[in-house]
Amino acid sequence: MSLDPATVRRIAKLARIRIEESQLPQLERELNGILGWIEQLNEVNVEGVEPLTGGAQMALKLRDDVVTDGGISEQVLANAPDRVGDFYTVPKVVE
Amino acid sequence: MFSLTLAGTRAALRAREFSARELATAYLAAIEALNPRLNAFVTITPELALRQAEAADAALARGEAGHLTGIPLAIKDLFCTAGVRTTAGSRILAPFVPPYESTVTSHLLRDGAVFLGKANLDEFAMGSSNMTSAFGPVTNPWTRRGSNARLVPGGSSGGSAAAVAARLALGATATDTGGSIRQPASFCGIAGIKPTYGRCSRWGIVAFASSLDQAGPLARTVEDCAILLTSMAGHDEKDSTSADRPVPDFAAACARSVKGLRIGVPTEYRSDGMSPEIEALWQRGLEWLREAGAEIVDVSLPHTKYGLATYYIVDPAEASSNLARYDGVRFGARTEGADLTDMYENTRAAGFGAEVTRRVLIGTYVLSAGYYDAYYLRAQKIRALILRDFTEVFRKVDALLTPTAPTAAFMQGERMDDPVTMYLNDVFTVPANMSGIPGLSVPAGLDGDGLPLGLQVLGKPFDEETVFAVGAALERAAGFSALPGIRAGMEQ
Repeated sequence: MSLDPATVRRIAKLARIRIEESQLPQLERELNGILGWIEQLNEVNVEGVEPLTGGAQMALKLRDDVVTDGGISEQVLANAPDRVGDFYTVPKVVE
Repeated sequence: MFSLTLAGTRAALRAREFSARELATAYLAAIEALNPRLNAFVTITPELALRQAEAADAALARGEAGHLTGIPLAIKDLFCTAGVRTTAGSRILAPFVPPYESTVTSHLLRDGAVFLGKANLDEFAMGSSNMTSAFGPVTNPWTRRGSNARLVPGGSSGGSAAAVAARLALGATATDTGGSIRQPASFCGIAGIKPTYGRCSRWGIVAFASSLDQAGPLARTVEDCAILLTSMAGHDEKDSTSADRPVPDFAAACARSVKGLRIGVPTEYRSDGMSPEIEALWQRGLEWLREAGAEIVDVSLPHTKYGLATYYIVDPAEASSNLARYDGVRFGARTEGADLTDMYENTRAAGFGAEVTRRVLIGTYVLSAGYYDAYYLRAQKIRALILRDFTEVFRKVDALLTPTAPTAAFMQGERMDDPVTMYLNDVFTVPANMSGIPGLSVPAGLDGDGLPLGLQVLGKPFDEETVFAVGAALERAAGFSALPGIRAGMEQ
């Protein structure tokens, strides 16, 4: 499977990373290099194998569904690139 | 002072041979002198360190010394530190000052450690050379005999490893997603352990690939690593994957005999083109363990050759999900745009470097509609087969011995043309992340150019104690005493 420039553009759009036209040929080459190398996995027989989803060989714990933290809005907002009062700001979305 | 290990320094502090303040002052002066050459630290925190050292001296005076009271450490800049900038080696987090402390670093502070500063790393811990940091490459304190060429310290914990090797800290925190503790340990002639997945809490560590990321220590000796891990480890309610089990005294395990242990040699690790020097060192390591009374057994891990390619599906997939949070809205750097999407795209294009961008794009692709089954689901199934290989082998042996990395440290700028060439560095370390098992790198010898090489001990899940016992036996037999050319405490 080989990526064409249109697919690279589409992935970049999905990933919300601006890619300039001038970057496309190199990215296409590098991504295809990686994906081509990964294709060796097609030779592995995975028939009937259950996927391993995590690194921990244990059941995940559940905790009580209660509030354990909060009331620290100033700390939460302290790193905002831009804010108005207790709100994060973004460019206008709705006209 | 600089020639003492962490264990030795701890004893000297308790015997009041010098104060924690004198110690911190000496280390800070060494950092000031050598960091311009090594770039091991992104941020140096002298005021904080001296304040912590004074508190340590007060505790020592009261006779209330903790596990690490007064011990100066470097903290990989992937661990959130309250009130101290935490960059993950990325432009996008350059302005980020966490309001909270990671669980691992809070354990070290609880035990009295002194934080000298934040150590450089590959951007978001993605790399094997520390060349991808937005804050510049780290220089390995070792050089080839008769050459001044700047070598990489390995990665991603390159700053942590260089700082410990150059004696700018007694130990360092690090993280390992595909080899990022063990490969830099090997390149810098020090010890480092990636414990079992779940041994250390991931809370407050900038997330990269959550099912693979695990914190661990780098230090000059195996025992020093054990002392640090005992402090760093432990269950945490805030990380549901952290293991709810007691933390052993890992340092005690270093004194255990390896007599009667069965050590496996995975035949598949004898890859084509392995350098004769690394092959010889591996054989020497097996001989040392045999002489110490262990039994050497050939074993097979048939899916080894697929480990790395599987990793390069799982890792970018999880990274692309984790890094979705860097949107220029809640924290980190923002680059303005005409509308919201424009702002996202500009922010992420300006904030991410080339390797991070590549992995986010690969991850987005393998998770995208129509490709999920062919890539990600298939990778998870192969991951299950890799774990099954280890589970079966560990019915027959207590630990495995392998080389840590396929080569010694290489030059800065080498292997940058093709991403896959760089990825091949991690061929021996990645399987431990895929399966969650612990792995320790021990400095075992020098290559023909005078550069350090490490051997890797792999163990059963949550049996770090056997790993430490085997590692300490190797360390004793190897008697590795070589030192890098650039280090604190020598005439400059």
